[in-house]
Amino acid sequence: MPAIKEYQTVTSISGPLMLVEMVDEAKYGHIVDIEFGDGSIRHGQILQVENDKVLVQVFEGTRGIDVTNSTVRFLAKPLELAVSPDILGRVFNGLGEPKDDGPAIIPDKRMDINSKPINPYARNYPNEFIQTGISSIDGLNPLVRGQKLPIFSGAGLPHDQITAQIARQATILGEGKEEFAVVFAAMGITFEAAQFFIDDLHQTGAIERAVMFINLANDPAIERIATPRFALTAAEYLAYELDMHVLVILNDMTNYCEALREISAARKEVPGRRGYPGYLYTDLATIYERAGRIKGKKGSITMVPVLTMPEDDKTHPVPDLTGYITEGQIILSRPLHRKGISPPVDVLPSLSRLKDKGIGEGKTREDHADLYNQLYAAYARGKECQELATIMGEAALSEEDKKYMTFANKFEARYVSQDYYENRSIETTLDLGWELLSMFENAELKRIDVQLIEKYMPKFRKT
Amino acid sequence: MSETKQGRIVKVAGPVVVAEGMAGARMYDVVHVSKLNIIGEIVELHGDLASIQVYEETTGIGPGEPVVDTGAPLSVELGPGLIESIYDGIQRPLDLLVELEGERMSRGSALPGLNREKKWHFIPTVTNGTKVGPGDIIGEVQETMLVQHKIMVPIGVEGTLQRINEGDYTVVETIGVVVADDRTETELKLMQEWPVRNARQTIKRLAPNAILVTGQRVIDTFFPIAKGGTACVPGPFGAGKTVVQHQLAKWIDADIVVYVGCGERGNEMTDVLMEFPKLKDPRSGEPLMQRSVLIANTSNMPVAAREASVYTGITIAEYFRDMGYVVALMADSTSRWAEAMREISTRLEEMPAEEGYPAYLAARIAAFYERAGRVLCCGSPEREGALSIIGAVSPPGGDLSDSVVQATLHVVKVFWSLKGELAYKRHFPAIDWLTSYSFYKQYLKECFENKDQGLEMEELTTQAMSLLEQEAELLEIVRLVGAEALSPKDRLALETSRSIREDILHQNAFHKVDTYTSMDKQYEMLKTVLHFHKQALAAIETGVETAEIFKLPVREEIARAKYIPHEFVTKVAEIRDTIDEHIKQLHPSTV
Ligand SMILES: Nc1ncnc2c1ncn2[C@@H]1O[C@H](COP(=O)(O)OP(=O)(O)OP(=O)(O)O)[C@@H](O)[C@H]1O
Ligand SMILES: [Mg+2]
Repeated sequence: MPAIKEYQTVTSISGPLMLVEMVDEAKYGHIVDIEFGDGSIRHGQILQVENDKVLVQVFEGTRGIDVTNSTVRFLAKPLELAVSPDILGRVFNGLGEPKDDGPAIIPDKRMDINSKPINPYARNYPNEFIQTGISSIDGLNPLVRGQKLPIFSGAGLPHDQITAQIARQATILGEGKEEFAVVFAAMGITFEAAQFFIDDLHQTGAIERAVMFINLANDPAIERIATPRFALTAAEYLAYELDMHVLVILNDMTNYCEALREISAARKEVPGRRGYPGYLYTDLATIYERAGRIKGKKGSITMVPVLTMPEDDKTHPVPDLTGYITEGQIILSRPLHRKGISPPVDVLPSLSRLKDKGIGEGKTREDHADLYNQLYAAYARGKECQELATIMGEAALSEEDKKYMTFANKFEARYVSQDYYENRSIETTLDLGWELLSMFENAELKRIDVQLIEKYMPKFRKT
Repeated sequence: MSETKQGRIVKVAGPVVVAEGMAGARMYDVVHVSKLNIIGEIVELHGDLASIQVYEETTGIGPGEPVVDTGAPLSVELGPGLIESIYDGIQRPLDLLVELEGERMSRGSALPGLNREKKWHFIPTVTNGTKVGPGDIIGEVQETMLVQHKIMVPIGVEGTLQRINEGDYTVVETIGVVVADDRTETELKLMQEWPVRNARQTIKRLAPNAILVTGQRVIDTFFPIAKGGTACVPGPFGAGKTVVQHQLAKWIDADIVVYVGCGERGNEMTDVLMEFPKLKDPRSGEPLMQRSVLIANTSNMPVAAREASVYTGITIAEYFRDMGYVVALMADSTSRWAEAMREISTRLEEMPAEEGYPAYLAARIAAFYERAGRVLCCGSPEREGALSIIGAVSPPGGDLSDSVVQATLHVVKVFWSLKGELAYKRHFPAIDWLTSYSFYKQYLKECFENKDQGLEMEELTTQAMSLLEQEAELLEIVRLVGAEALSPKDRLALETSRSIREDILHQNAFHKVDTYTSMDKQYEMLKTVLHFHKQALAAIETGVETAEIFKLPVREEIARAKYIPHEFVTKVAEIRDTIDEHIKQLHPSTV
């Protein structure tokens, strides 16, 4: 290991950045400690090295740092997380340091928080259905083990309840129902929101299989850049070294992106859309692509990032670039929330891209794919009729249109809406779909195979 | 060969490294950076300073470390062994890397693109003493059941062929020599190299003259792509770009498919790797993997290698085109390629143009698509090859005014516009029929052996398209004054359009029959839907109620025609008899 070198040559500070000069042997991406006159320590990471000039981002912010009394120590290594099985049940801060009153972690090993990219050839395709007990997810946008499926929410929408419900209820069907370990990363969310989630884990006892990294709204913003990476490093350790199936919840990615924007602005980089850096896509990909399954490994990482869409706009760079990377999205809708539908899942623009290989015979049920195709088609048409009715009044609708509108209303009230503590089995969800579709003639159910209609529908037809 | 230069690093900023002491190095030379031997490419020269885009993560690298110039540009290895491979953006075989280094990408790996040990059976097609020149085919290797790999004389080599023999060779063993007029000898191997940033030579470009059948109804019937043609598929996230690209890679009527996953998801490549060996080519019955080359530089892999990946792909594609094959290249997504260019450009502190993209963005995009085309290949025997490019574009927010979309639309001849609203309704493929276009439509009729059938198909598509246009107008009226205002004929037009949309344009990529529709079946389906329209129109004219017509049970048969396997295509035609019968019952006096 190279010797650790110390410098007192900080020459300028601007925003979260600090310039140190006359340094030799600095390496890109490595970390530094900054010690103040009073002995307190902050942490930083090298963003650029040019000759003997080193640009450092300071995670805790630069407030109070002065150029004369600070000592910068070059630690000659990247950011690392100390891991051992004892991390389970523990709470860390956004920089991976214990935050609860538990003992220090005696590490089995230290892992670089920027793991190397998975070779695409080594991936195993996610195809095991996860029952979340939420119909609008299980029936229409099923989550599979190893998928990354974000929740696009908005300020004041109940994403915290939904993520808690998923963490509480998620199971793999079949013998010996396997339980998930939960890794929770809070980035800039309120104390209340974080505590709500942690309390829920306590109540179900899941806390013993959970690891938490907490950076709250009043914690240093730049730290958030590292927080999801710490969480994912813990998840990779649990999944690939301890063979666990891990559910990672990252809340809230919008705050993460804002921290990134702050650094970019301080570096005076050419800004991209809405001031976010041009490399936001690539940066987010290095987080989201850490979900998955790997051939020959027992464990897996399933990821549910949460983000709040500024002004509920899904073309905003954060949701937009997220959607371009993740394997679908669950979108929450404010109008549905106002109507009292909860969870207010906006079914039409929501999508799970990995559903097709996770459902069907032997996984959920043979009718699953046809059924959701038909529900989608009918609901899409019903929704159009709902909209037409608001513009022109119900009288303008044809009989057929009215029928579809009724369907859409029932569908929202019965299928989408459910209690946050209601855990529906996949059979219940599928049967509910048939029951709702029974208001149509068989001939209208063009998306469902005739044989499946004959097999499943009769039960639900009232004579 | 230039002598090897060694410089030292003075600056590291993400994927860009600056080295001093590099006077004499050339632009686009490949260099090895630091003791880790990380590969990079020189993208800017200032005095003795060279800016290098590095193909791997630069964490842990700093000033003072060495940079060694290889003196050669970034090249790919071309020869037997390409097919069924999966490479990263700079042609490192990903499958072998897993074996060698485990499931994660480590740095400084230097595996050659082509296997050095494997022996291939080479059969010469010309004899010793033959005068040969660049591009001449001198023999063949049966690379897979589907691909006969032609061995060509490399560009720049000319003379008399000597010592060529049938036998089993590795790609680096000598299969013969070419003796030039000045008696210098060039050894021929199964393998040759080509710098990726230069287009491979051809004798001349020819205009595309035939359709590449894809089995996707909305594409073949309405917006076809030609052999040697170019297409772009823009759309917001989740609109179906990747599924369209995968569907084409599976079913397109090409000899060779090169699929470039450029800055997209890892699992999408896994999907291809798992599916293709299982799927059978509808024409030969052999696994589709046997004609495919995959390039995967996913979003979490280094950005500079992503920039190179499309060039690696296109060069391999051109090489197969030069053998006289019909080749199709899919690039998903070209926006990620453009973003990689932007990222490098930003680090080089170049003056940005729109949206931060470098000023040369449009020129690079145009030059890339220009490498497509139907061509007369170099060398003898005289042969034609074709290379089609289908690029996905992922504009921010799905906004088509985006620089990459606009630059692409300037050069491509087919535009499949994916609409978010259609995808939300699960109308797939979500190709918007009103704004998409193809400049190759006139070749559709040639797809049919029977000339009249071809002409009829042309009429049917025109009629269907005008109904869809009429539908858009009618729906506008409904929105303004309600459905009551429509005449019975208008209502029929709406119903037929709905049928065209739901029963023909809508196609489920994941349904075992619906995933691919033969050209004959496409014709029968369209003809049947429009036959219903014609008969219904006649019935309406004699005063039959539209409600009665719309209730006819034959309509369900029409809707389910897409699920009739190709072998039973006559059953689709028979639906027309049922239509006649049903309509006759409504109004016996009309028929
Ligand atoms: N032809 C089709 N048939 C059935 N489903 C489809 C079809 N096309 C798209 N889909 C559905 O839409 C989803 C999204 O499609 P796809 O992944 O191709 O989107 P995309 O445009 O590539 O998105 P991104 O830009 O984020 O990569 C698929 O996972 C699939 O569920
Ligand atoms: Mg895609």
